[in-house]
Amino acid sequence: MSAVPAAVPPAAVASAASAAPAPGVEVRLDAIRHRYGDAFAVEDVALRIAPGELVALLGPSGCGKTTLLRIVAGLLRQSEGTVRIGDDVVDALPPNERGAGIVFQSYALFPHMTVEANVAYGLRARGAPADEIGRTVGAMLEMVRMPAFRGRYPRELSGGQQQRVALARTLAVRPRVLLLDEPFAALDKNLRLDMQIEIRRIQRELGVTTVLVTHDQEEAMSMADRIAVMNAGRVEQFDTPEAVYDTPQTLFVATFVGTANLVEGRLAQRHDGGWALEAAAGGALALARAAPCSREGAVVLAARPEHLAIGAPGPGALPATVGMALPLGPSLVYELALDDGRPLKVTMPRTSDGVRLAAGDRVGVSLRPGSPAAVFAR
Amino acid sequence: MSAATAPPRSAATGPLPLAAPLGLFFAVFVVMPLLLLAYVSLHADPTLQTPGLAQYRKFLGDGFNLAVLGNTLWLGVKVTLLTLLIGYPLAWIYTQAAPRWQAVLMLLIVLPLLTSSVVRTFAWVVILGRQGIVNTVLVGGGLVDAPLKLLYTPGAVTVALAQIELPLMVLPLITALSNIDPALRQASLALGAGRWRTFVQVTLPLSMPGLLAGCLLVFASAVSAFVTQTLVGGGQQMFMPFYMYQQAIQANDYPFAATIAMVLLVSVLAVVTAVNLLARRSRGFVHG
Repeated sequence: MSAVPAAVPPAAVASAASAAPAPGVEVRLDAIRHRYGDAFAVEDVALRIAPGELVALLGPSGCGKTTLLRIVAGLLRQSEGTVRIGDDVVDALPPNERGAGIVFQSYALFPHMTVEANVAYGLRARGAPADEIGRTVGAMLEMVRMPAFRGRYPRELSGGQQQRVALARTLAVRPRVLLLDEPFAALDKNLRLDMQIEIRRIQRELGVTTVLVTHDQEEAMSMADRIAVMNAGRVEQFDTPEAVYDTPQTLFVATFVGTANLVEGRLAQRHDGGWALEAAAGGALALARAAPCSREGAVVLAARPEHLAIGAPGPGALPATVGMALPLGPSLVYELALDDGRPLKVTMPRTSDGVRLAAGDRVGVSLRPGSPAAVFAR
Repeated sequence: MSAATAPPRSAATGPLPLAAPLGLFFAVFVVMPLLLLAYVSLHADPTLQTPGLAQYRKFLGDGFNLAVLGNTLWLGVKVTLLTLLIGYPLAWIYTQAAPRWQAVLMLLIVLPLLTSSVVRTFAWVVILGRQGIVNTVLVGGGLVDAPLKLLYTPGAVTVALAQIELPLMVLPLITALSNIDPALRQASLALGAGRWRTFVQVTLPLSMPGLLAGCLLVFASAVSAFVTQTLVGGGQQMFMPFYMYQQAIQANDYPFAATIAMVLLVSVLAVVTAVNLLARRSRGFVHG
């Protein structure tokens, strides 16, 4: 991960030996807590981020993800806990001595300086020699594909261009850790995808350990090696995007990441070792396994729309009534109602041979074979 | 400026009629008196019989007059620098303070504006006089043997004016500093710049429009602060406003007084224009 892939274009990285990838370092957070007044903004967070890894801190606004990022950057001093970058405990160090580069949500480009002066700012502050500054600035602008804009002022650039410059400015000082605070929030949708790909490319090229803060789950899914899902100051789950999506460890993760149908009921083990969910709405759903909760009792089941199947009513399937069908390109989303009126969304592939259901049809909803569904204790 | 954004209107309902009362007020009470002043200054004798530039030749040909002009402008510069020195940190503290402290600070900052300049000036007379607070403390504390001469000194005028004009410096500075995205300072710190470098490279240049506006306001009102200059200066030093008053009221030489007024006006305008040119360059960066 930390090594530069062989297929790197002969871009910036190679052209300035001095700007060669700083081998990624490990970032380790231990028992981090942060208090604002009486309230905990961050509670007992422990994360170990591998060298060169891109980790997304994902959560709703106010979950403490930005606070955590600022703690790593050194813009905020945590109430308790330690931050390690590489082998160093950096708690006592100001931002400029941590080797952490941060790209702000607003980009925070200096409006009174040209693109070139912005990118050179950190190097000048470090007292780098003029020829090195010139070389590095050239290499960085090359890397973000902005060499033609070096004489422009930030106000003369589009949002995406400003972001490239902000990235170049941060990377010019060769940070050991790259911190991105909601970097795509200000961009429109098409540009956002381009920049996500672009930043992922540059991050891979440089092999720099990166922490990305976002409230956009798709962004976290598509960019991150691992995602730390945060809620109310805590990390609920720290895992790969696939694991976060397929095997959520908490009810919050199940509902915040992707769409989840929640079915309340009682969990009971069958004689053959399988499980059954006796739904509060009536009927029962057969489960091959029950995780993360595998204790009999009151539970709530979270199932993705694409993990459910619609068939004939019968044992092991939940009785439901078809409501609406929404054609969404390649798939069809059925909105069903359980017998107590609770809605249920099921996604079916839209194939010509598929069964067409009409509103009011009585159906049975079951779990697709091999599909994961998460069970949480109530 | 508004033409670009306002919807098109017919001439009759345009913004012009709305501006008419103000325009009229300006014409009658600002432009007319100025023209009158210029007209009077262009006469050689108090009875306005012989027109000419005699008064200007008289003013510019006499070293004493030029010294008064220089003295006045220098006073403006000193007061401006002193208010800047005190006002910048004050404005900075204000922008960093918690909201409830901001309310307290704002009250303290605008307090000088809430009392008449005569009252404020007399307060300074009381503070700085031979029997004033400062001398009482100094003598009582055994720090000096005899009361110091504080009042009626150039230093006293500068300090008193600086205190009185301070809000004019601080308020525009607060506006300018509040408009700077805090992320810019953090970005600078995170890029490896120290606090001092961050101030010089980022905060100071971006607060320049407010700083220059404050300097202009303070300078213009300091050079024309008749009451404070006269009472705290005690007539020991001559400044342009008192010189004007003396020539007009005591010597009855209205043309010469008008000339002094015109010279001061042009001098201040020259300074304002120069500073505005600077301001235009710096403003471009902030409101791009």
